[in-house]
This record gives sequence, structure tokens and C-alpha cells, in this order.
Amino acid sequence: MHRQTFALLAALLVTAPAVAQQIPSPDVSHFILDNGLELVVIPDRRAPVVTHMVWYRTGAADDPAGQSGVAHFLEHLMFKGTAKYPAGTLEGMVNELGGETNAFTTADVTVYFQTVPPDALADMMDIEADRMRNLVLAPEVIDAERAVILDERRQRVEAQPGSILAEQVTATLYQNHPYRIPVIGWAHEIETLSREDALTFYDRYYAPNNALVIVAGDVDAEEVKEMAEASYGKLARGPDLPPRQRPQEPPAASSRIVTLEDARVSLPSFARNWVVPSYRQAKDGEAEALDVLSAILSDGPQSRLYQALVVKAGIAAQVGASYGGMAFDAGTFTVFGTPRPGTTLDDLEKAVFAEVDNLINGDISEAELERAKTRYIRSTIFARDDQAAMAQTYGVWLTTDRSIEDVALWPEHIRAVTAEDVKAVAIKYLRPSIAVTGYLLPPAEETKP
Amino acid sequence: MIAILHRTRRALPALLAPLLAIALALPAQAEVAFKSITSPGGIEAWMVEDYTVPIVTIGFAFEGGAAQDPDDKVGLASLMSSLFDEGAGDLDSDAFQTRLDEAGVEVSFSAGFDFFSGFARMLADQREDATDLLALAVNQPRFDQPAIDRMRAQVLASIASRAQDPGYAAGRLWNQTLFGDHPYARPLEGTPESLPTITANDLRELHHALFARETLKVGIVGALDEKAAGEMIDAIFGNLPEKRQLAEIGPAQLSFGQNLAVDYPLPQTSINLAYPGIGETDPDYFPAYVMTEMLAGGSLLSELNVEVREKRGLSYGVSGGLVNLDQAEALTIGTSTRPDQASEAIKVIRETLAKMAAEGPDPKALERTKRYLIGAYPISQLRSSVAIASTMVVQQLKGLPIDYVEERHKQLEAVTAEQIQAVAKRIFGAEPSLLQVGPGADEKEAL
Repeated sequence: MHRQTFALLAALLVTAPAVAQQIPSPDVSHFILDNGLELVVIPDRRAPVVTHMVWYRTGAADDPAGQSGVAHFLEHLMFKGTAKYPAGTLEGMVNELGGETNAFTTADVTVYFQTVPPDALADMMDIEADRMRNLVLAPEVIDAERAVILDERRQRVEAQPGSILAEQVTATLYQNHPYRIPVIGWAHEIETLSREDALTFYDRYYAPNNALVIVAGDVDAEEVKEMAEASYGKLARGPDLPPRQRPQEPPAASSRIVTLEDARVSLPSFARNWVVPSYRQAKDGEAEALDVLSAILSDGPQSRLYQALVVKAGIAAQVGASYGGMAFDAGTFTVFGTPRPGTTLDDLEKAVFAEVDNLINGDISEAELERAKTRYIRSTIFARDDQAAMAQTYGVWLTTDRSIEDVALWPEHIRAVTAEDVKAVAIKYLRPSIAVTGYLLPPAEETKP
Repeated sequence: MIAILHRTRRALPALLAPLLAIALALPAQAEVAFKSITSPGGIEAWMVEDYTVPIVTIGFAFEGGAAQDPDDKVGLASLMSSLFDEGAGDLDSDAFQTRLDEAGVEVSFSAGFDFFSGFARMLADQREDATDLLALAVNQPRFDQPAIDRMRAQVLASIASRAQDPGYAAGRLWNQTLFGDHPYARPLEGTPESLPTITANDLRELHHALFARETLKVGIVGALDEKAAGEMIDAIFGNLPEKRQLAEIGPAQLSFGQNLAVDYPLPQTSINLAYPGIGETDPDYFPAYVMTEMLAGGSLLSELNVEVREKRGLSYGVSGGLVNLDQAEALTIGTSTRPDQASEAIKVIRETLAKMAAEGPDPKALERTKRYLIGAYPISQLRSSVAIASTMVVQQLKGLPIDYVEERHKQLEAVTAEQIQAVAKRIFGAEPSLLQVGPGADEKEAL
């Protein structure tokens, strides 16, 4: 518990104020190999390091019914090796280089990555290309890995009241889309996942024409392309996948409340959520407007909710808003808060939404709008300091049907948002009558007869 | 093949002079070289000049942190760290934050037990405005009462929110057990009793005592030359007093062989072990460092991950490391597991440690771990401006030379299997302290 690492400056990535000037975009290259594999190279030649990521356009929302967690289960099993590179080869090789390798699964994508010295890139590509088609799963590794995942679930979800509630809220917020099911899976379904389930999922989705490879770091784009052709390029194209049509949300017709009482909670909190368009779905700049709305409400100490409820009224311990616009299908908008001791949850919640109403009915000054946009845009410049963050950004954008050009144009699109746009999305989407509100509460006092 | 954006291959020189052949035998890769500079005002700093991204990053630190807090004012240094963007000089909180936004600069401060650090990141073409604001914050923080009250209320609320959290309570108990009456035993963020006693005057005194040129360490990275860096350093730090006024902090006598259990209905039992550590100047330090990485490093190939996770599926992972504070050291290992498997997990962990002491390391794993630790330095310490600035500051705080990476490389290469076995005997020969938190956790069952 007592762990002093030398993350001296770890607290810094907290805020992001900003000014916008024309800063040239990085010199990004984009190729598509003959077998359909997409390759993006982002040179960053400051340090002898390269980040290599493979993004599969499949995630937990593609789990077959009754097999929740299979995308994530397969992600774990992908480290069990191939005939050419038996289990442990990748970790051993990366380890000897001082590098890192890991993977993650979201509702929309499954991603494998390494950070290594540039000399090792060709090997990393060969290993990833090999395990894209040639995974070997010995039956005896399945049970132990399933047990590891159940422990992961206990650690990430069940051990934390906030995570338990978030899972329940999500299951309520989405009425039809598989986003309602947790990425890690429901425990009772994880318990039944088999080797065959994982391999069926693998055969269906793991193919060059369903993959995006991103390389960011101390590399030359043409050399990377050659390496990719020598590794990924040798794989046969898989069958064409049907268009990615997952069950979509119906219009919401009711407000809903989800409450969790837990003995580990001492200060109550609320989070009110709505289903809203993601960047991929949004039209007419609504996604950008939702981002600016969230910045005006809660980015930095001069934001509206912080100033009104933490500084002036002094009733909030925590308050904020966030827009999750990076999903393949529907996104979310959330407004949340925790009262200071002495203020009731109800009073804080009313005060927070009075501020949202103020924003809708009052004025957003040009200065306030500019400041919020500028902070937002500046954060994109600071993000370029970290090659892994850059690779991540391009990965998310390109797996949600957007282009390299869209990444470059994004600051301009943020700039174009007007005060009227911001109000319009707030009115259209933050409707109390269809909100799903989660309450995390301390245990109710037992009433004694 | 479609090439949407195409980059031309860089031309190679047609003829190579024989001398260049040697250079070419080495990988033609980027390099990050730290440079030591002295400002016109006489302040030393390390810098890396780099124009790839138009930003400038500065990290700095002063010796003395939360361990300096008086006993009845625990949380003082940490509270101070939250107040540097809450007004400085003639600018109140609102005005200062607005100016920070206009100047395109992010500022943050943080208190560790042994040092107080700060950090700023700015757009290169607004460096001068950003420097002015940072200088104001460093030299003339206002510590206005409303800002103090607000930040204190935030900390108190955050402590209140964890009042029923068994993990937080267990962490407090663990630190108190290990560190006894040493300042390291106290919660850095303060307590509901100590925080209300802190006054603006306490903050001013601490600021005055800590912020001195004598112990200042600076690292600058980014789009500026040596001259501009020197001017920036003088503008920010040139007017600070030379001498600090720190209380003497004595060495901590850690308490091992303690066995603690917190019985609480949780879905998992968390397990923490603490063994005596090794100081960074101890001749056994590098062997201990390599051994700890072999046993409990981040890789799935670490001995404990192999035994506990991969072979038995007892846990999502085991982690551990050497803790090296100015006045204390320890080797810690932690994991969490299904409650009915806690005893088995502890048994497997202890057997794995005992095996290292009895048989020494597997030579292949030793070699791999040495390669890892050597290679990890550029990958983890130099991957961004933030990481580089942080590395330069920490290296200076620890009194390490500017070319430490070479020294470190040599020391790691020299570690032998015999040294590792010897240090494993030295460390794991001691009874550890153990903390378990979970349903039915029981001291008697564990060791």
C-alpha cells in the first residue's frame, strides 16, 4: 500500500488550458496493404522508442448473446503463443529489450501493443502477424485463464462500489445496444466461456482486413511499410465481414433511477447520464458542440460547475461533466457530483442542474466560449508530446470511420462551434425526462421498531 | 496498394568515409542527451533542447516535503501544493487562473514525503507570459483565506468519503505499523483533526522554509536554447532566498514481523508483504534491484506472476518493488485473490521467495531481467518531455551524475547470480510484515 514510486510529476496531466495557433500536423503516413490491412505511421524521432499497436475492429459489443466477455477472454488467450512463437516468447523478447507489451479490450476494439526500441519493430510485427492467424490454444490453459479473469473482475468491479453501480447504470442506460453488457462480461457467463467460444470469435474477427496497425516513434514510414509487407503482408485476406450493424437504441421514453447502497460508501454521489450521438454518428457539428459544452461546464477551475458549486456556494466536494463521444455507436453525456459533508445530495443535484438551466437560458459570452475551446485545442498540442497517446488518438479515430484528415481538422471544427450550438445540444440532449441517474449511497439507517 | 500520404525515403549519402562505418555499426537512432547549464544568475539546471513539438516543459523540486509537517499540522505541505494556482502577486484566484489560460500554460505542484515538486508545460511561442506567471506563483503565492478554506474543505471531503473504505483504513494501519512514530507513518494529505489548525501563516512559513535556491533542482525540455533556458530559470527562481530552513528528519526504524488482518466482507482478500529493503548506496542495491524485478516486476514472466497467476490462476497479478525514501527502505509485494485462496497465495509467494534464497536465480531469467532493466531506461524515462523533465529532476535530487545512465548500465551488467542469492538470503531471511484485508482474514492462519 505504501508505495513511493518516483512519479514525481505524475499529477500533471490533470488540466489542459490553451491557445490556438497554426501548428503543423505531424507527418502521418497511411497505407492499405493488398490483403486489406491498414497501416498508419506517425514519426516522432525524439527518443529511440517506437510504439506498435494492432487494433482489431471488434470488441465486447460483438460478443455473441450469452457469451459476454468472450472478446476480452480471447485477448488474454492471445498471449498463449503460436507454433512459431510459443507462449512467453513475446514477453521474453520485449522484456529483454526493456520494453512493454500489453493489450486492452473495449466495447468496440481489441488492441495489442508493444513499446520497444526501433530495431525490434520487425520482430514485433512478425509476432503480431503470426498470432493474428496461427494462435495455438492448448486445452489446459483455459481454466487457469478463466480463473484469472474472474479475479480481474472481482478486483476491477466487485471490490469497488462505484464500479458496481457504473455497471448497473450502463445496463439501464442502454436498452437495446450491447453496450449495456460489461466489457469484461457478466460473471455467470464468464464461467461458461469455452476454448471453442474463443476460437470461433478469433476465426471470425482476427484477419488482416479487419485490423489497423499503428506505428508511432523513431521510424521511417517507408521502412515500416516494407516491414509490414514482409510480415502482415504475407497473410491471406479473410472473408469479408458484413457491415458492422449492432442493435441500435430506441428513443428513450422514461427517466430511470439506479441506487446502490454500500457499507464502504460514506459520502453520497450522483451521476446523471444520457445516450447522445458519438462523433461517428453526429451531424452538423453536434459532437464538437457536446465537447465544448462539457468544457464550459467542467474543464478547469474557471469552469461553470466548479465556480458555482465549489468556489461560490461551497457545497460540492466534486462536480463535473463529461462527454464520451469516441464510441462506434451511441455515446454518453454525464453530469456528476458529490456534496461536501453538511450538504444533502438532493440539494447539490438541484444546484447542479440549476447551472445547466442557466447555461441553456442565459448567455454564454464570447470570452467564455473562446477560453473553453482554446483549452481544448491546446490539450491536443500537449498530447503530441506522448507517442503512445498519439497512436491511441489515431487508433480511435480510424476505427470509428474517420480519417487522418479528420484528426488534423478537428481543432478547426472545435473552433467553429458557436454559443447557440452549445445551447442547442444541451436543450436537445440533456432532458431530465429521459435521464438515467445513478446514486451511490451510504447504507440507510436501520429503522428500529 | 494505396498510399494516401506518401513520405519519400530519406536519401543516404552515396559514399561513406571509413570512420563512419563504426558509427553505422551502432543503431542509427535518436538520442536524448542531458546537458548541464548554469544560468546567468548562477543556478544550475539540466536541459534537453528539442524542437519536435512547439512546447516547453519545466520540472523542479526542493528538498523537504510532507515529512516536514509539524505533528499537529499534518497535511500542510500537501495543502500548500494545491494553492499555487489560487492567486499570486497582485492577481487573485480568478485573475490568476484567467491569465494562466490566456498564456497557455499548465501548472501543477505536488508534495512528496521528502521533496516538494512543481511542473509547468507551455506553448513555446507564449513562453515569456508563462514564465512571468510561473515566477509569480513560485515567489509570491497569496494563500488567500477563501482559497485555503476551499482547498481544505476539498481535502476534508475526500477524507470523509473514504471514512468507511476498508482499503483506506487498512493503508493507514499498515503505514502506522511499519513506520511507528516516524513522520512517514502519517497520512500525507492530513487528518480531520490536523487540517483545521492550518493557517495562512503556516503556509507562508513553509513556503519560505522550502523554496530556496540551495536545494533547488531544475529540468527543462523543449523548444528553447540554452540562453533562453537560463533567462527563464533566473526569472522564476533568481529571487528566491539562498538558504532553506528544514527540520532534521531521522531514519525510520521499520517494524517487521508484524501480522495484521482486517476482517471485512469484500469479494477479494488483498495481501501486502513488507520485507527490509536496501539503501541506494548499499553495495547490495543493484543485486536487490535486479532480484526484485525478477520476482515481482511488471512482466507476466516475473517469478511471482508465473507461480501465482500463470500456473495457478490465483490472482490477476502480483506486483512489488523496492521502496527507497530518504530515511527508509523496504521491499514490498502485493496481490489480491479470492478470499478462500488467500492462504494458498501467501504460501506460494513465500515459497517462491524462499526458493530464490535457497537456489539463486535461473541464469536465463537473470540475463533477461538485466537486459530489461538496461533497455527500460530510455523507454520509460525518456518517452515524453514530461518523463524526461521528471527523470532529470529525480536524478539530481538523488545526487546522481548527469551520465548516470552509463554508470547504471555497468552496475546492472555486473550483477551475478551469487550476489542475487546472497541478497535474497539477506532480505527474505527476515520475517516480513503481513497485512490481509478481506472476509475472515485472520492473523493466525497466514504465516
